[in-house]
Amino acid sequence: MSMPPSGTASVTQKSGSASGAKSGDGVLDRYEPVIGLEVHCQLKTKTKLFCSCSTKFGVLPNHNTCPICLGHPGVLPVLNKEAVDYAIRLALALDAEIHETSVFARKQYFYPDLPKGYQITQYDLPYCTDGKLKLSSGTVVRIMRIHMEEDAGKNVHGEASSYVDLNRAGIPLLEIVTHADLRNPEDAADYLKRLRSLVRHLDICDGNLEEGSFRCDVNISIRKRGVEKFGTRCEIKNLNSFKNIERAIRYEIIRQADILDHGGTVTQQTMQFDAASGKTSAMRSKEESHDYRYFPEPDLRPLKITKTRIDAVREGLAELPEAMAKRFQAQFGLSEYDATVLTADRDFAHFFEAVVRRVNGSVSHKIVANWVTSEFLRELNVREWDVANPPVTADMLGELLELLGREVVSGRIAKTIFEEMVEKGGTAGSIVQRDGLTQISDVGAIRAVVSQVLSESTTQIEQYLLGKDKLFGFFVGQVMKKCEGKMNPGLVNDTLKEMLNARRAGG
Amino acid sequence: MSSETSLTPWSPTAAGIAHDVRAGNIAITDVAEHYIKRTETLHKGLNTHLQFDGNDVRRQAKAQQARLKSESATMPLAGVPIVVKDNICVSGVRTTCASKILENYTATYDATVINRLRAAGAVFFGKANCDEFAMGSSNENSAYGPVKNPWDLARVPGGSSGGSAAAVAADLAPVALGSDTGGSIRQPAAFCGIVGLKTTYGRVSRYGLVAFGSSLDQIGPMTRTVEDSALVFDVLAGFDPHDSTSLANGAAESSKLIAKMQSGKPDLKGMRVGIAKEFFEEGLDASTAKVVEAAIDEIKKLGASIKTVSLPHIKYSVATYYILATAEASANLARFDGIRYGYRAKDKSLSLKDLYRTTRAEGFGREVKQRIMLGTFALSSGYYDAYYAKANRARAMIAEDYRKAFSEVDLLVSPTAPTSAFKIGEKSNDPLAMYLSDICTIPVNLAGIPAISIPCGFDGAGLPVGLQLMAPLMGEEKLLTGAYAYEHATQWHRQRHPKIG
Repeated sequence: MSMPPSGTASVTQKSGSASGAKSGDGVLDRYEPVIGLEVHCQLKTKTKLFCSCSTKFGVLPNHNTCPICLGHPGVLPVLNKEAVDYAIRLALALDAEIHETSVFARKQYFYPDLPKGYQITQYDLPYCTDGKLKLSSGTVVRIMRIHMEEDAGKNVHGEASSYVDLNRAGIPLLEIVTHADLRNPEDAADYLKRLRSLVRHLDICDGNLEEGSFRCDVNISIRKRGVEKFGTRCEIKNLNSFKNIERAIRYEIIRQADILDHGGTVTQQTMQFDAASGKTSAMRSKEESHDYRYFPEPDLRPLKITKTRIDAVREGLAELPEAMAKRFQAQFGLSEYDATVLTADRDFAHFFEAVVRRVNGSVSHKIVANWVTSEFLRELNVREWDVANPPVTADMLGELLELLGREVVSGRIAKTIFEEMVEKGGTAGSIVQRDGLTQISDVGAIRAVVSQVLSESTTQIEQYLLGKDKLFGFFVGQVMKKCEGKMNPGLVNDTLKEMLNARRAGG
Repeated sequence: MSSETSLTPWSPTAAGIAHDVRAGNIAITDVAEHYIKRTETLHKGLNTHLQFDGNDVRRQAKAQQARLKSESATMPLAGVPIVVKDNICVSGVRTTCASKILENYTATYDATVINRLRAAGAVFFGKANCDEFAMGSSNENSAYGPVKNPWDLARVPGGSSGGSAAAVAADLAPVALGSDTGGSIRQPAAFCGIVGLKTTYGRVSRYGLVAFGSSLDQIGPMTRTVEDSALVFDVLAGFDPHDSTSLANGAAESSKLIAKMQSGKPDLKGMRVGIAKEFFEEGLDASTAKVVEAAIDEIKKLGASIKTVSLPHIKYSVATYYILATAEASANLARFDGIRYGYRAKDKSLSLKDLYRTTRAEGFGREVKQRIMLGTFALSSGYYDAYYAKANRARAMIAEDYRKAFSEVDLLVSPTAPTSAFKIGEKSNDPLAMYLSDICTIPVNLAGIPAISIPCGFDGAGLPVGLQLMAPLMGEEKLLTGAYAYEHATQWHRQRHPKIG
């Protein structure tokens, strides 16, 4: 899993090919997968859902705890208003129905990472239902429901003992459940990338799959092509990268097809995916499944979400990816492709806009877009930079592109400078200064080098004059070689053409 | 102030102590010494206390005394000793809920009521024995032994706030905090001849009260006079941001109303008092009935008009209650699992599942386990609709019965309990008979309304009988002024006194 914006990265990569555990030749001709997705999205509120503990990641175990999230006797939950506003944002972005009244419930089971012996969640009356999300394939995925709930802690297993870290216990989650509308692994992955992009745009979740702030469970069954009835489904849990989600789905399709091909029946069970082997295996079967004994949480009154509140949240809603892509096309004259790549991640889009502001018209938007989506994005992914805080900042890249725009450096030199910035840091200006990389635009100096090259290339000139136009590139190359790429390529071209034409006329 | 160990004919009230302390007639530290001595002499014989530390009391008394000079005006309970039921958290103090599973649990924070009372000048006098997790009607379900009724040491003090009731009756403190889920303040108050107030659900914060039935639980005062209950209630009541079920308009000023009544000759003129025949049906002890009927005559004499009303659905109260309260309890008590705090099974070789099983099997008492099982069953898949959902509908009907009744009357009266205090061991093997001792108090919790139990005389055995007054939601002021008028006219609360030991 590459660091953000992995959603963007995958647009430029061929996804999924040969990632299945074994060959699935023909399986998809015979069987149609039916896929539904459940995403748990950790909200980046300052405090937990029902107490005032910090949600900060990476502190010492059990540092962010209090009597409430530790489940001490006598404590009571108080709902975090910020979390509700975040929940409303997502509902609005997914064009979903927000219910005026919703009810929290207790979901009961025993586990050491669950301090109260129950999780406060929403059950039969969630705050939100009936949303939708459109994929790049055109498929519209129907969102069945979204509900709020608190996260559990983490069990940590040592050699002789097990430990419990309750920093995560009580962090707000949104659970987003789709209908079984997806029919292939690519759409499933695209849905998740888009949803992740959306929650990051909305600034409600940092969307980090590895740290578990964006978690996905897959429900998958297969059915013979042409058959209406759904097959028996399995649930795959705890998938921590988009790549693994696709791999797990592919493996599971083949596994289920294999069972059906051999006359067997698929057992409804919960599977886990092992990234090393690329295989899914059973965690528990349905017979072992819990009776959660849900009932309405008596410590919280039903949640009322008024129209006024929804309107207030709508008012402050961030620009969504689709709208942002449209704006990028209109405002910057970019292609739909460039705009989509740039807006797949909010911080990435903000980076692009910051570079545009920095170059201040000295170079075209298209060139900025090219640099950001090629040079910068490549390094971002390879070096796993944090897009919100990359070592080559928007200001640094902007300065470089401005030098390019003002023709202080050539494109080729600009790439060399960028590599230098990536490897060793430093600003473009200081690198240019230090290495004397300033572009030469002095026509006299250029003419001198060009005439030197021509005088050394009599054979090539003859062939060129006989009609071998391609050799023009050879002359350019020779000139650039001599000047170490520092001469203005436009002027070099012009000078070469002029001097060659003179030979033609003269010859 | 005397320090004798037998009861004086009349003992100080909270109002009296606070008045004398604020007037500078007596030091808080002297009040504390008097009650420390009484408590140290008497609490073991009655088994009222699960925790008492005289030196801690002295520290508190000193701290409150130091505040007096500048903060007297905001200390309506200056120097008032208060015993706290052991299911209410006091930071740094052991809070066991009379259960083995919390035998070594020390609370890490103060309940909201504790903060409020401390700010008002109160001094806490240890933790009172009770039925384990407030589940019981006799205090026999304590893991630390039964409490004895000061009126007759062979009898129960009622429950679950039995230690609180007995402590106040024995004048180990003028005030105790109890909690009432189905009658746990009122029934022991009746059995011990004191006043017990169950407030409107949401009027007193539950933050820091170890939950039994979350939608029913309320903390309330147990005192010897109505005036003291009003005084403490005013401090307890009010919105608490830590309790989402707390009422925004919960604050109260009832003691002002009572102070006004003290100058005149209080009566019940113009008060419409309802009697529901459903409270006087089978199961009501004849001797208790006689005392309550006499009390109703007295109410009439005080100028109230008496009207018979009907509460047709309260016959479902006990069944409804034992589904809803146990369902909530089954979830509330899930956190006692031996993982983070409290008792844990000693056997280190146990698997996780067996660790849970053994810890809970060994840590909880019989009644608590029975109720957890009842509640778990009521919420189980396939039974939810037949039990939990249906009980909720019945609850709504019971609340509606009260609403209708209160459109015709201001207060309702009934016996607090169908009998006076029974003998220790008498009902231990008959859970149904035990559950029925709360038959008059349970419907009040289901409806969320306030009610008070006040002494109204003595039965044939010379045991105190309690009269229950009930008021509509947020009707505490009406309840307390009505109760005060009756108390003022009858003086039952000071006509006789328990003899201890």
